[in-house]
Amino acid sequence: MLTLTVNGQERQFDGDPNTPLLWFVRDELGLTGTKFGCGAGLCGACTVHLDGVAVRGCLTTISEANGKSVTTIEGLSPDGNHVVQKAWRQLNVPQCGYCQAGQIMQAASLLTKNQAPSDAEIVDEMAGNICRCGCYQRIHAAVRLAAGGV
Amino acid sequence: MYHFIEKEIRSTQGNVTSQALIENVSRRSFLGGVLKTSGVVLALQVVPGGAAGAFESYPTGAAGMPRGVVNDPHVFVAIDADGVVTIVAHRSEMGTGAKTSLPMVVADEMEADWSQVRVIQAPGDEPRYGNQDTDGSRSVRHFLQPMRECGAAMRYMLESAAAAKWGVDRSLCKAKLHHVVLLEKGKTAGEMVETKTQLGFGELAAAAMSQPVPSRDKLAFKQPKDFRYIGKGTTPIVDLHGITVGTAQYGADVRVPGMKYAVIARPPVVGGKVKKYDATAALKVPGVEAVHEIEGHAPPAKFLPLGGIAVVARSTYAAMQGRDALVIEWEDGPHAGYNSAAFREEMTATAAKPGKVIRNQGDPDAAFAGAAEVFTADYHQSHVAQASMEPPVALARISDGKIEVWAPAQSPYGAREDIAKALDVPIETVTVHVTLLGGGFGRKSKCDYMIEAVQLSKKLGGTPVMLQWTRDDDLRHAFYHTTSVERIEAALDKAGKVVGWRHRTVAPSILSTFAADSGYQFHIEYGMGFADMPFEIPNIRCENGQAFAHTRIGWFRSVSNIPRAFAVQSFVAELAHKLGRDPKDLLIELIGSDRKIDPKSSGMPEDFWNYGEPYAEFPIDTARLKNVVEVAAEKAGWGKKLPPKQGLGIAVHRSFVSYVAMAVRVEIDANGIIRVPEVTAAIDCGFYINPERIRSQIEGAAVMGMSTALYSGITFKDGQVEQSNFSDFEVARMSNFPQKVNVHIIEPTSPSHHATGVGEPGVPPFAPALCNAIFAATGKRLRSLPTGEKLDA
Repeated sequence: MLTLTVNGQERQFDGDPNTPLLWFVRDELGLTGTKFGCGAGLCGACTVHLDGVAVRGCLTTISEANGKSVTTIEGLSPDGNHVVQKAWRQLNVPQCGYCQAGQIMQAASLLTKNQAPSDAEIVDEMAGNICRCGCYQRIHAAVRLAAGGV
Repeated sequence: MYHFIEKEIRSTQGNVTSQALIENVSRRSFLGGVLKTSGVVLALQVVPGGAAGAFESYPTGAAGMPRGVVNDPHVFVAIDADGVVTIVAHRSEMGTGAKTSLPMVVADEMEADWSQVRVIQAPGDEPRYGNQDTDGSRSVRHFLQPMRECGAAMRYMLESAAAAKWGVDRSLCKAKLHHVVLLEKGKTAGEMVETKTQLGFGELAAAAMSQPVPSRDKLAFKQPKDFRYIGKGTTPIVDLHGITVGTAQYGADVRVPGMKYAVIARPPVVGGKVKKYDATAALKVPGVEAVHEIEGHAPPAKFLPLGGIAVVARSTYAAMQGRDALVIEWEDGPHAGYNSAAFREEMTATAAKPGKVIRNQGDPDAAFAGAAEVFTADYHQSHVAQASMEPPVALARISDGKIEVWAPAQSPYGAREDIAKALDVPIETVTVHVTLLGGGFGRKSKCDYMIEAVQLSKKLGGTPVMLQWTRDDDLRHAFYHTTSVERIEAALDKAGKVVGWRHRTVAPSILSTFAADSGYQFHIEYGMGFADMPFEIPNIRCENGQAFAHTRIGWFRSVSNIPRAFAVQSFVAELAHKLGRDPKDLLIELIGSDRKIDPKSSGMPEDFWNYGEPYAEFPIDTARLKNVVEVAAEKAGWGKKLPPKQGLGIAVHRSFVSYVAMAVRVEIDANGIIRVPEVTAAIDCGFYINPERIRSQIEGAAVMGMSTALYSGITFKDGQVEQSNFSDFEVARMSNFPQKVNVHIIEPTSPSHHATGVGEPGVPPFAPALCNAIFAATGKRLRSLPTGEKLDA
């Protein structure tokens, strides 16, 4: 039996310990804000926080999360007003929106470890998250906006 | 565009639009009549000026689309007693903003306060809502008018309800921001002023909804100066908050009791079959519950599934594990010899020979025979997969003979039709609920994944099943953007003037997905930047050489316009270099005089396809085409001196009846990587609703243009797709994307500048502008897409 905390709530799992976190949160917990994009750590749509740090939900197994704390987009902020979420709304970042939960989780993780990232640091951090609609210009601007406080 | 292709094919003269017009006119009915739930095409009932003269009705291609348009407020609007106005979005939302923009038009015309508007997504039901096939950049183009009519009619009904309550004439009642205000005569003659007496929309709701719907000639439309939302760009998309907090619902997010999860192993070669399979190991995977074979269909199969082996499980992960454990022996069928490298050579050879003549103007043979010089270039493009971030996915269940599907569907009614046909059941027994689409780009107007889910649910006795495509599935089993060779030749006279133009297009056709493959393209593909080429050259010939499809060809955002704009606009810059001319000057010169091109005297085909729009209303206007070039050039600082390793390139293209020019600035970095610090775009899409979403679409089009230009290619070896994920099918990332896209939206200068397409027209000009910029920076000419991000030394 594996035990982990998801969005502040203790959860247990006795299935395949190799189950990726992505499918655990989506199919077992019904937390569908975390998206499936590639299954290979190449697109970032499934990005969640493991002990506050962005990881790919499709590559991180539930056993790796055992005893740890997982945060999904649903748990990023109690009222949906994390500084990154606010910046995203202020700049009308999303088009289709599918990748945005992953983008937001990645950006939030960046700002936790680096409160004043340079343009290049933003690019380095966010380059693993694909947006096929091509919202990169606004994503970059929103991270910068969030870093400055919204 | 193209869910109606079958219908187009049946039309011998490509004359389907006028046929449908007649059909619609013959059964047309004014809204005041008996049809309360299904109003019919008002767009054609031209009552010049209406009551206010502000908004004259004009015909669009909507009338030629299946089930046309509906503008009945009872279909699209409901008002609650508490004042909440519910507006139905009947077009799918895949990132363009259509779910917000069209309801916003209704709200503006009816004077609703947007903060009290709730937007709900319609299921697939075209007899009720009109056409729902959300592609071809048509949502605003076709539904601006019916939505304005719907809103104006609702406003009329609210004012009528207030007039009845107050016992006054309706002319004394004026809707104003979610209220109807009583007017009285002012001090000067004819002046009307507002009193303090007013009723809220909620108070008037019941009475207003029972008012007769006014006929079109009674409607007064708002003047542009009175718009609250239209043209402002201040209204965020309705799902913005949900997207940022993870509650926005996409295809895979729907949950129903007892649902299972499934994936399918499909034949690696199109038209292939399962020879035999062993599911023993798959069934031993914990969580796997069943394995079923899905029937396949060899092309042309429209959107019927490819077939394969489905694994059903308690979770998506278990289903995937089960699929990995399947042992399948495939029979590849006739397309196992498809190899992209060899096919390109074949296409190139075909393009060097005369083909079927599609357009002939003047005497091109004489022009080429008498030319002082002939300049020739070939341009190639690989297949591309749409690769929306949300792979295809659908949930289906069957109970009591009713089929229910939840899916990210671009064409939910088309899906219903195809599901009903595939299952041989009446369409009334099929419901398709539309979720948000995590990107579409043409892929999700093909409903194969929905049919798979339904067929699987049927095999499971109706159990709800979520059929998930993986990225690998999405890239290996798409309906691909075609691969092509476009060969262009220019006949030059002694003075270096272009006196002849010959364009040969060679590419497998989308038609092969729908009908027996003739190897030739059809009028829709000819209409996309080929037969409609706008240059003022006396002798023009457009020919099509045969190319047979060996995979499923579909449409990808802007379709054949991508290779055509790439070829034509690259060629102009090449020609300019050869002639020692400025590429922008030559481009403007080739477009020639200000005119609306006459298709007939230009030798365009009789079935010339103008994106389904009536040509008289949406002509090829060379003044508008040149204008976007000039605006983009000027704003980009065309002609200015750039630092070494930088270059500016320009391209223009008309598609989806809009005009877009892009000036791309390229910088080749120290590692030889092609980078784009800035793009300057000018778009003329006529009357526009939401400039903020237009900008976002063009920003995104530049990124998708960059992906297509530098990175994304699908290639085949022995009939199988060689790419499997974003590692080998690359797309632009934040590490290299057009960093600053400046979008200039051209203000319409005439009432005849109707609303035109936005979602797609931004893509085609990017690749040629980029390649022209690379040439300007380095002298290196790239003629095959994708080019790769690194310039060879």
